[in-house]
Amino acid sequence: MTLSARHITKKFAGVTALDGVCLDLQAGKVNAIIGENGAGKSTLMKILSGVYTDYEGSILLHNREVRFNHTKDAEQQGIVIIHQELNLIPYLSISENIFLGKEIRNKWGLLDSQQMQRKTTELLAKLRLSLDPTMLVKDLKVGQQQLIEIAKALLVEAQVIIMDEPTSAITGAEVAVLFEIIADLKAEGKAIAYISHKLDELFQIADTFTVLRDGKSIESGSMQGITKDQIVSKMVGRALVTFPKKALPETPQVLLAVRNLGIHLPAARAKDSVQNISFNLHKGEVLGIFGLMGAGRTEMFEALFGLAPRKISGEVYIEGKRLHIHSPADAVKAGLALVSEDRKKDGILPELSVKQNICITTLPQLSQNGLLSSSKEEALVQQYIQELRIKTHSSAQLIKNLSGGNQQKAIIAKWLATKPKILLLDEPTRGIDINAKTEIYKLINQLAEQGLGIIMVSSELPEIFAVSDRVLVLSDGRLTGDFPISQASEESLLKAAIS
Amino acid sequence: MTISLTKEKLYKLQSLIALLVLCTAISLLSDKFLTLANGWNVLRQISVNICISVGMTLIVLTAGIDLSVGSVLALAGAVAAGLLKNGIALEGLNLFVGFTLLGALLAGLLVGGLLGWLNGWVVTQCKVPPFVATLAMLTMARGFTMLWTKGFPISNLGANFDYLGTGWLLGVPVPVWISAWVVGIAWLLTSKTPLGRYIYAIGGNESAARLSGINIHRAKRIVYTIGGVLAALGGLMVTARLDSAQPNAGTGYELDAIAAVVIGGTSLSGGRGSIWGTVLGAIIIGVLNNGLVLLNVSPFWQQVVKGLVILLAVMIDRMNAKND
Repeated sequence: MTLSARHITKKFAGVTALDGVCLDLQAGKVNAIIGENGAGKSTLMKILSGVYTDYEGSILLHNREVRFNHTKDAEQQGIVIIHQELNLIPYLSISENIFLGKEIRNKWGLLDSQQMQRKTTELLAKLRLSLDPTMLVKDLKVGQQQLIEIAKALLVEAQVIIMDEPTSAITGAEVAVLFEIIADLKAEGKAIAYISHKLDELFQIADTFTVLRDGKSIESGSMQGITKDQIVSKMVGRALVTFPKKALPETPQVLLAVRNLGIHLPAARAKDSVQNISFNLHKGEVLGIFGLMGAGRTEMFEALFGLAPRKISGEVYIEGKRLHIHSPADAVKAGLALVSEDRKKDGILPELSVKQNICITTLPQLSQNGLLSSSKEEALVQQYIQELRIKTHSSAQLIKNLSGGNQQKAIIAKWLATKPKILLLDEPTRGIDINAKTEIYKLINQLAEQGLGIIMVSSELPEIFAVSDRVLVLSDGRLTGDFPISQASEESLLKAAIS
Repeated sequence: MTISLTKEKLYKLQSLIALLVLCTAISLLSDKFLTLANGWNVLRQISVNICISVGMTLIVLTAGIDLSVGSVLALAGAVAAGLLKNGIALEGLNLFVGFTLLGALLAGLLVGGLLGWLNGWVVTQCKVPPFVATLAMLTMARGFTMLWTKGFPISNLGANFDYLGTGWLLGVPVPVWISAWVVGIAWLLTSKTPLGRYIYAIGGNESAARLSGINIHRAKRIVYTIGGVLAALGGLMVTARLDSAQPNAGTGYELDAIAAVVIGGTSLSGGRGSIWGTVLGAIIIGVLNNGLVLLNVSPFWQQVVKGLVILLAVMIDRMNAKND
């Protein structure tokens, strides 16, 4: 066994991300790490590669226990991770990137560029790349950049290489090249951990698999003799939370109508991220939007919310009135609210209190003679803390100290305060523990009953089934499916998502 | 919870404690320090820096910076002095416009507001980083000052104008009154108005603030405009104090203002800090300057000490942030 992780447990601010996970990586084998979003794959990989140093459990490398204090430690012991987001410096050359932090010096202590470039050429040859080592990384294609990351791993003679969604940004031909190189690495006896959502790929290149679900390792085994369906059932094999579907009115009232929505990217990019999307959202309806990463779901929300006004074509009607939304401020005025995907980056105001976060959208209503009224603010916040059961010591607590689920509730509260007609939820339960998830689902259901129209983007099928009345499927920027929930199955949605 | 609260309080009191220690130390070494006359003296000396630093605090809270305040101060002072003394002759129209004292003062403030608004416009509409936009304004406003004054001081402005810088009202120097009002209004703005909350929100997480429907560009333009007006107000006070608008007035004042902001615990990356912190920061700098003079420390050493104090303040701040 090259690398063995034993009973790894990791908690973030009270939320258990990993719960006694075990994982074995063998030399000369590709081990697929499979799991839904939030199953704990990335957290596990970050522990193995020394990004997170604070965890319970042990890691054995060649049967010897190791503990890394830093990614550099892990690297020196021969473990290298290739992140989904590539860590290259665009304005440095290929060779400068590969040797970053490991520069070769000549006898005067100056950089020995020639030797580094010679070595780079050797490494590139191994990866079947014939590129000039002095080329700037920004001028390479994404697939080539990925290979440069692998070259970095080869330079330190890594024994264990972790690849996080390596094919998420590359196309068919580049994928084939990557797979050939992975086969070479296998033949050299490297142990490879391969994370991917794309099950077909795993059957092509993986030898063994480990399924993670809700932070636990569910099962490990050989890819031989297992079917896709069996893996899927292990991934999702949890009791589905569902809610009795309320009957929509006979003649539902159209709240939002989107016609031929398109988002046009600068000419340099090959295709538009969203093309010709049309749909209706009714009062009291929860519309689920399913699709793989990069299908254009988030982009569609950004277009509706006025985040990229110049590149958009098509028409948007709210209650029959055509609207031109040029900024989030316009969108809020029109009765839209957006709970964005990345809570930390786009959601919370970390240095402000729960109260200040919830009130931020309605400050003018909470003031008298231009001055904020603390009693009005407090009344609003207490109302939502109770209604949404936000767990906080007080309204004055900094929001960054709440758990993910409670942060999310506070963000939903800040939008409910604006009395929106339409609520856009982008991956509303990402990074939230299972109990808080259920509470958020209940809340979504309640809000719909109160007459809000809700659109929820999610890449978790159980979540789609838990709350949606209707499901739209996006694939590659196009609308490829529109199912009432009663006629949708996991298979039909997945099929539409990869078509 | 209780522990974090006391820690938070201590953290807020940190600058105050530093100030008290500083005052005690100086008063032990010099018997001239703890006198009423010296107290007013220190406060009058720092009142210009307080005005500028309050504006700077608002800008820094949005994660911006304004390097142009020193030049804006000079231009506003020179415009007010020039208009009061010489008026404007519009030769093409065969027209001469004279200015009353109030008119000249308002024109000075208007110039500051306009340049501040321009800073904000360039930052928000043209996406130029604040450091660069206001660096350009620093140079341009100084150039305009030289053009307006032709490089010579404009002096002898009359007792009424000079009252702004040298007068007393109810036993308190006029500049101290002015800076106290500025501090009070700015405190109200930051802690009790929607705009104040937006300022903290923008500096803390600009993307989340924008997605909350806040018009962040408008908020930033207002903040830079206020910064310009306060710099101009400082310019009027400096001019009145000297009874003369100097073309090179205010050189390097932006650095004193940034120092006050930073010593006061406002984070240069925005979103965290307060007006009171900045006031304390400005007082600490003022007391330090005054004490070093009273103790006959050479001006060269004074600069070294000031630099060390800035460094120390930020190092303590960083250590606190790490322990959080």
